[in-house]
Formats: sequence, structure tokens, C-alpha cells
Amino acid sequence: MFSNPDLQKLLFGRLTLDAVPLHEPILLVTFAMVGLGGIAVLGALTYFRLWGTLWRDWFTSVDHKKIGIMYIVLALVMLLRGFADALMMRAQQAMAFGDVEGYLPPHHYDQIFTAHGVIMIFFVAMPLVTGLMNFVVPLQIGARDVAFPFLNNFSFWMTVSGAVTVMASLFVGEFARTGWLAYPPLSGPAMSPGVGVDYYIWALQIAGIGTLLSGINLIATIVKMRAPGMSMMKMPVFTWTALCTNILIVAAFPILTAVLALLSLDRYVGTHFFSNDLGGNPMMYVNLIWIWGHPEVYILILPAFGVFSEIVSTFSSKRLFGYASMVYATVVITILSYLVWLHHFFTMGSGASVNSFFGITTMIISIPTGAKIFNWLFTMYKGRIRFEVPMLWTVGFMVTFTIGGMTGVLLAVPPADFVLHNSLFLIAHFHNVIIGGVLFGMLAGITYWFPKAFGFKLDEFWGKVSFWFWLTGFWFAFAPLYVLGLMGVTRRVQHFDDPSLQIWFVIAAFGALLILCGIASFAMTLVVSFIRRDQLRDTTGDPWGGRTLEWATSSPPPDYNFAFTPVIHDHDAWWDMKKRGYSRPLHGFKAIHMPKNTATGLILGVLSIIFSFAMIWYIWWLAAFSFLVIAVVSIGHTFNYNRDFYIPADEVIRTEGQRTALMAERV
Amino acid sequence: MPVKFLRNLVLLPLFGLLSGCNMVLMQPSGDIAARQRDLILASTGLMLLIIIPVIAFTLLFAWRYRVSNKEAEYDPDWHHSTQLEVLIWSAPLVIVIALGALTWISTHTLDPYRPLSRLDAERPLAAGVKPLTVEVVALDWKWLFFYPDQGIATVNELAAPVDVPISFKITSATVMNSFFIPALAGQIYAMAGMETKLHAVINKAGVYEGLSANYSGSGFSRMNFKFHGLDQAGFDSWVAKVKAEGKPLSRQSYIELEKPSEREPVRYFSTVENGLYGAVLNMCVIPGKMCMNEMMHIDAMGGAGKESHGNRQRLEYDNRYAEEGVEAPAATVGGSGRESRSPEQPEGMKPKSNAPAVKPGSAPEHSGHDHSGHQGHGAKANDGTESKGSDSVAPGQLNR
Repeated sequence: MFSNPDLQKLLFGRLTLDAVPLHEPILLVTFAMVGLGGIAVLGALTYFRLWGTLWRDWFTSVDHKKIGIMYIVLALVMLLRGFADALMMRAQQAMAFGDVEGYLPPHHYDQIFTAHGVIMIFFVAMPLVTGLMNFVVPLQIGARDVAFPFLNNFSFWMTVSGAVTVMASLFVGEFARTGWLAYPPLSGPAMSPGVGVDYYIWALQIAGIGTLLSGINLIATIVKMRAPGMSMMKMPVFTWTALCTNILIVAAFPILTAVLALLSLDRYVGTHFFSNDLGGNPMMYVNLIWIWGHPEVYILILPAFGVFSEIVSTFSSKRLFGYASMVYATVVITILSYLVWLHHFFTMGSGASVNSFFGITTMIISIPTGAKIFNWLFTMYKGRIRFEVPMLWTVGFMVTFTIGGMTGVLLAVPPADFVLHNSLFLIAHFHNVIIGGVLFGMLAGITYWFPKAFGFKLDEFWGKVSFWFWLTGFWFAFAPLYVLGLMGVTRRVQHFDDPSLQIWFVIAAFGALLILCGIASFAMTLVVSFIRRDQLRDTTGDPWGGRTLEWATSSPPPDYNFAFTPVIHDHDAWWDMKKRGYSRPLHGFKAIHMPKNTATGLILGVLSIIFSFAMIWYIWWLAAFSFLVIAVVSIGHTFNYNRDFYIPADEVIRTEGQRTALMAERV
Repeated sequence: MPVKFLRNLVLLPLFGLLSGCNMVLMQPSGDIAARQRDLILASTGLMLLIIIPVIAFTLLFAWRYRVSNKEAEYDPDWHHSTQLEVLIWSAPLVIVIALGALTWISTHTLDPYRPLSRLDAERPLAAGVKPLTVEVVALDWKWLFFYPDQGIATVNELAAPVDVPISFKITSATVMNSFFIPALAGQIYAMAGMETKLHAVINKAGVYEGLSANYSGSGFSRMNFKFHGLDQAGFDSWVAKVKAEGKPLSRQSYIELEKPSEREPVRYFSTVENGLYGAVLNMCVIPGKMCMNEMMHIDAMGGAGKESHGNRQRLEYDNRYAEEGVEAPAATVGGSGRESRSPEQPEGMKPKSNAPAVKPGSAPEHSGHDHSGHQGHGAKANDGTESKGSDSVAPGQLNR
């Protein structure tokens, strides 16, 4: 390309044309698919003249509802990528026995399992959780937006930047081949000199900034912006779990940032925090990453618990059993989640007393978790249960998650963990709680709050099809892994010698195909519901007979959420209002003070992608330049005083008038 | 005995269900693994006491209180019952107390660092029995076993006499691995510069699978070995066979052996150079390197202050292949200008000669630049090898 290698290195760092893996047929097909898909989407946007809407109403929006929806869209897109990785792994493991090598050589297979873990946790589960909290929490507490609306938009774009960085590794260079937590010394400069680990580090660092800031934002929102009368013990349970999750985020994510920064120093400037030599200690990394990593598990599951609490009482048409004990259980889990991290490495040689301590603290977490399950159980007791799709997910969760919890406690017994650690039993366990808990919870939550977000319900038939495919698919995919774990088969293996294992992997691959049908049916749900949106329309704002405040406003809610801030008397605020014969105020509307849209978040996100790309490829001039621009744009934004406006009273009157008319039409 | 009862409670239906497949963790051949199996089953049984009712009640309530069943009682405001609250917190608590006690005791009795006190449930260990010592080293991507008492070493094959306690001392000469023989005992990590321990005994003669359970790079999937449980005579003749067929293992041949390789066949070594395992553990096999324990001794005595800078190069370890100009196994993008450390060219990648990172034979003053361009070790490579590096190593050699 260039005759002078020095000049080339100066301009492009270690980036060369060879870094684009055009010689990999699998990747070429992916390129083509992504290229065609991208052209199709761009073409459609242009054809339907949606660019303006997209920019004005979505990308630059600081409205918590839109940001929440965009988070969920991001998560669903990334779910397709993460699931494609899962299918490839299942296919490889179902065929690579004895003399058959399978179609993925180790260097490709190893990237796939790393990418699968990273994407599913950071770019599927996290955005689902953050998106749902973003959408629901302000509505549930009667607020008009989050505490820091611009910060919210900025957090979202940082998460997108992280996701884009991971996706870029597919097309330029490679991804890490280290496993999703990138243990050194394997991830250190001596063993992984390529760009893979650098992609990993920068994707997580950038997305981590977004997560941390949105955590601060939601804590401030919940603590400071509740409607009058909503004391802490009157908050909906989902808001409680959101509060605890965000406290966990704020306390845990800085640890991840710090440990990745130390690893970066090892890789970029030759320090020895985690190397084998010169006083470095990889065990420090393992401890630190799990001090973040274990709370992370609860960051994901607590909001799912919150979703189930809302759904089970709504669809049982009954007040939640044991509200106070539900809240205390959540708080106890929050605190205990910091005292268990060592159970991820009992096998690293700690003494018996240390191991037992962490084993027993882990078991203690099952007490509040068990109490929660019982509370849902007794909420169903003497209820009138409507088995609509969200409730199906909830019952599916209660059965599946209980078994996942049991295998988790089993893994907390150190001597049992010595044989089960790193085995497929462990893989089955954490998929059991993450799919059966987090993912079921998020899909239930999406189905439950979809009419609130878009004004029409999701199609019930396809929703049920999706649920049954997911549930059976999950058990077909992971029950064989429990068995294989007991047969002494461990994780991350690309090829097996023993052909008698094959049948189990074939069953697991079949399960993955069932889950694929579940994902396809979910997509079908969205399409069918969009087509049938007029039949599925929700004109009341309260399609399920809801109990909490978000059902008091229209579906979709107006930009300002509530024309008048409601006053709260009980923790099922909307149920209480309905019982007391609440009637909507019809006049006396005033102008409403709202935050203004801004493109700064998106600009900073794009700049962050450029910065991380430059750091990954050692293009130092570009890294320095983009960092400088980031600083200038950030400081520049603080001088932007034009950041709020009033929705005129006339417009509020018009909006509320339309709703009045709509509700009257129905009656 | 409650533990045994709980075990059978779970074991019987399990065997009925899965009698077709060989679940090694459920039918192990070593006492430690058998006790770990008992613990798994006892804990599962304890938990099922609460899990089964929960699942049963979930399904029962879901069915009974369905909206179409108008006969079921409906009480929309019933949301509190002190008795029930006490029950739902205390029932799991009781189980956890039982499980916690079981955990505390079993973690101490089955501590891998604890020397054995019995051969199996019926036979206590006689006093004065000397265990078989095996020193285990995880290499890229094979296992090296030293038998200090027999004076031999093997690669990817391990043998031990039945009913004799084995004392494993485990380390790694590379990244983190995990030493695991499912039929014998639980796993423990192998880490460079550190020694972990495992005590176990095999009770049945046979050939068992051994493996690395912790992902360690591209050759990881084939990092397996066979573990032979032999009677005493069989073990003695195995030792004699190793001595007869093997070659001597010197420091020099170890340095060749430890270079990354995949699908390594079984190898025997008839003799082992004195102190080799200690040198591997202390990361000082390569001549001129300072041993970890030596450094730790200096540090324990208060350190050598600024003078210790002179030892820096002697303490470097992870980059020993990079200094030879050999690429680490994880590099597939022609970014660092070095060759792959693995002998196999990664599939799908163009041969390295196409990588235009640096042209062979470019002017000598570029060599320092190449170094800093590699990765984080740039600074180190410069201060460590500058004097001899740019003088004695031709740049062409650096990127063979």
C-alpha cells in the first residue's frame, strides 16, 4: 500500500489491509448479509422519508421513554448476533468428534464463545434491563423524565458505541480469544498480542461509562423525583428493584473500569499488574473482575424479579403478597451480592475456611430469593389468574428459575464445585438463571409494557407460540449440558475425542433450533401486532387492569407523561385511585416545563468509537485528536444554556382533549 | 445415616433415568471424588425437600386459581399473613443451616491441601504410608509430570498405584490451566510461579481421562492425558518401562519441550536433571534468569533498592518467546510482525510473509521502532535489550 513502512505505521498504526478477513468464507457471507441488510434499512428509511423523524424524535431525544425503547431495540438487534454465535457453537460441538474437526478452527471458535458471552451480558441483558428501567421507572413514580435527561441520552449512545466496537471486530481484525472475562496472563500482552483483547477492553470501557452514568441518573430519579405521597415503602416493587440494581451498578462498575484500566496499562505501557513475572499477579485480576462480576449477576436479575412482581399481582388481580418482605429481600440480596464473589474460583487454592465462608454466604442469598418465590406463590393463591402472555412467562420462570437456583446452591458447596467448576453443568446452571430468569423476565416485561409504549397490545397467539418454543427450547438445549457436566465434560472445548458424547450435543443443538423458532416467533409477534394494531389498540391506557401509576396515563403517554403530578396514598397507586373512583382532571392545564433535545450525546458516541478504534489499532495521532475533540465537545456542551422549553398550555389542552374524546368513543 | 439416605433418595431415580450413559462424576473411582459425589447428592436431596413443594404448589396454584375456575376463592386484598411470612423465611433458613453445616465440615475434610486420612469408607490410612509425589506442570498445550521419588518424568500420561495416596504439586509454565481427573478428585488451578496442591487416591485399576478444565488458548481442546490406575506390580513395571524407553530430561531439552505445541504424543523421560521442577516453579529454567524464590528472599530481607534494577531483565519471563522473535499463539492479525508461536498457521489467515508490517532487511535503525510497535512490552524490550538487541540481532532475524 505504502512504500515507506514508517509512514504507513504513523498513519495507520498496525492496521493493514490484511486485517480485513476477506479470506474467511464464513465472514464473507456475514459481510454480504450485513451489507445487504444495511442497504435495505437505509433504502427503506430514505424511501419512507424517515430520516428527519429518526433524527428529531429518536436519536437526539432526551425523552426517557424513547431512550428506553432504543435501548431495547439495541438489545434485540444484538440478541440476533449473540444468538448466531450460540448456534455456531452448538453446530460445532454437535459435529466435532473423533476424526471430524468441525467447521470452526480453534482460533475462530474461541472468538465466538468469547463474543457470545460478552455480547449477551453487556449488549443484550444490560440494555434490556436499562431500557426497561428507563421506560418504566419515571412513569411508575409519576415523574416527567429522569433527573438528568441529557445524561440519559449520552449513556445510551455510549452503550451503542461499545456495541459498534464489538461488531467492528467482526469486520476489521479479530475479537478476543480469552473467554468473556479475559483472564490474564492469557489476555496479557505476551499471550494475546493481537487486537482482540483491545477490542474487548475498549468496548467494555465505553459501554461501562454509559452504564455507570445511567445508574447515577436512575438513582437520582428514584430518590428525588417521586410523586408527592410516594414514600419509599409505597414505591412499586419494580422501582425498588431498579433502585437496588442501580446502587449495585454505581458501586460495582467502577471496579470493572479500574481492572480493565490496569489490564490496559499492562498491554499498552508494559506495567506488570497481572503478568506472571516481575511481581505481577493474575489472581488479583480474577478477584477484581468477580468483585464486579458477581454483583453484575444481581444487577441483571433484580429488575427481572421486579417485573415478575408487577405481573403476578396484575394478572392475579390481587395485591402482592408480603410487599414489605419483598422489599427487604431485595435489599438483603443487594448487600449480600458483595460477599460472595470468591465462589467463582474456589479452585484457585484458597484455604478451607475462606472457601466455606464464601460458600455459606452464597447459600444465604437463597433465603431472600426463596422468600420472593414464596411471595409470588402466595400472590397467586386466592387470586383470579389470567394466563395472558406475561403471566405465562412468569409461571415458566418460577419453575425454571427454581431449578437453576438449586443447581446454583449446589455449586456453592466448595467440594462439589471442585468437580463441577468449569464444566457444562456450570454452563447449564448460569444459562438456567440468565435465560430462565433475566431473559424470561425481560420478554415478559416487554410484552407487559408494550401497549404502554406503543398504544397497542402484542398479538397473543404468536406471543404464546414464542413462549412455548423458548421454554421447551431452553430445556432441550440445557438439560443435556447438565448431564454432560456430570459426565465430566468441561466448557470452551472445540473438539471431543469420545463419540458417545455426541448424542447429547445433538439434542442441545436441537434445543438451540427450538429457541431460534422462539426468536422468530417473537419477531413474528411484532410484525403481526403492527399489522393488526387497530384491533389491538389500547384506548384506555390500562389494558391489563393494572395497579401502578404508569397505567393511569394514556398509551402511549404524552411527552410530559402526566398533565398533573398525581398524589399517592397507597403503594398500588392506580388500583387505589380506581377504587376511590378517580376521575381525570379535564381543565386547569398549565404549560409544562420540559428538557430540550440535543445531538451532543450522539456526537460524543461517534467520537468515542473513533477514539477506541484508534487506540485498538495504535493510530496514536487519531486517538489524541479524537480525545481532544471529545474534551472540547463535552466542555462546549456545558455552555449550551438553551436546554429547556415549555409545552404551551394550549397543546396540553389539545392532547388531553384528544384522550378524553378517545375514551368517550369507547364507552 | 441421613446423608446416605438423602443420597439414595436422589441416586435411585437418577440411575433409573440415566443408566445408559457413563456419568463419571456419579460413579467415580477415587475416594475423594466419591465423597464429592456423595456431597452433591446429599445437598441436592436437602434442597429438593423445598424445591419439589415449591414447583408443585406453583403448578397447583396456577391451575386452581385460573380465572375460569369460578369455584376457587378470590380475595383481592389478602396480602399479609404473619405465620406464612415466618414460614417462608424460616423454611429456607433451616435448609441453609443444614447445608451450611454440611459445607463447613465437608470443605475442611475435603480440602485438597489436606493429606488423606483414609483410603475409602472402610479403610483408614495406615500410619507411616508414604504417598506417591507427582509434580505437575501445565505447558502450552500438554501436561508434564515429574515423579521425584522415581526420578522419571512423562508428558501426557500419568500413572499411580491403586490405594496409595497421591500428593500432587501443581504449577504452570504458561497461562492459567486447571488440573482435573474427574474419576479421581476435583480440579485445582495450575498457575505460573505458584504451587497448588491436591491429595487423592485411586481405588480401582483402570484408565481414566485427565484434562485441563480452564481455557488456555488454541491447543486447549487437545490438552488431555490418560491417567492409569495400576496395581503395585503394574506401576513398578510402568516405571521400569519409562526408564527403559525414555530419554533424559535436561534443562535444555525442557526448554525445547515447553515451546507451544498441540496434540502432543505421550513422551517418557528416564532421568530428570536435578532441581528442574523447582526451576520451572520459580520461572528460572532459562540460563541467566533469576529464580522467584531468590527474588522473594531479597525482598524479604528488605529489598535491594535501586540496585534491583539490575535484576530486571533476569526476572522477565512472559516475553521469553517474544525475545526470540516468535509470536504468541493468540496473534492472527499481522499486526506485530512476529511469527505465530504455534507451529500451525491459523486457518483462514494469509501466510505471514504477506503481512507488510515490516519489510525484512529494512534499515537497522528501524529495529528499535519495531520493538515499541509490538505491544505493551515495547518499553521493556527497549531498556532490556537495547544494548544487545540492536547490535547483535539483525532486524531480518526479528521478523523471520
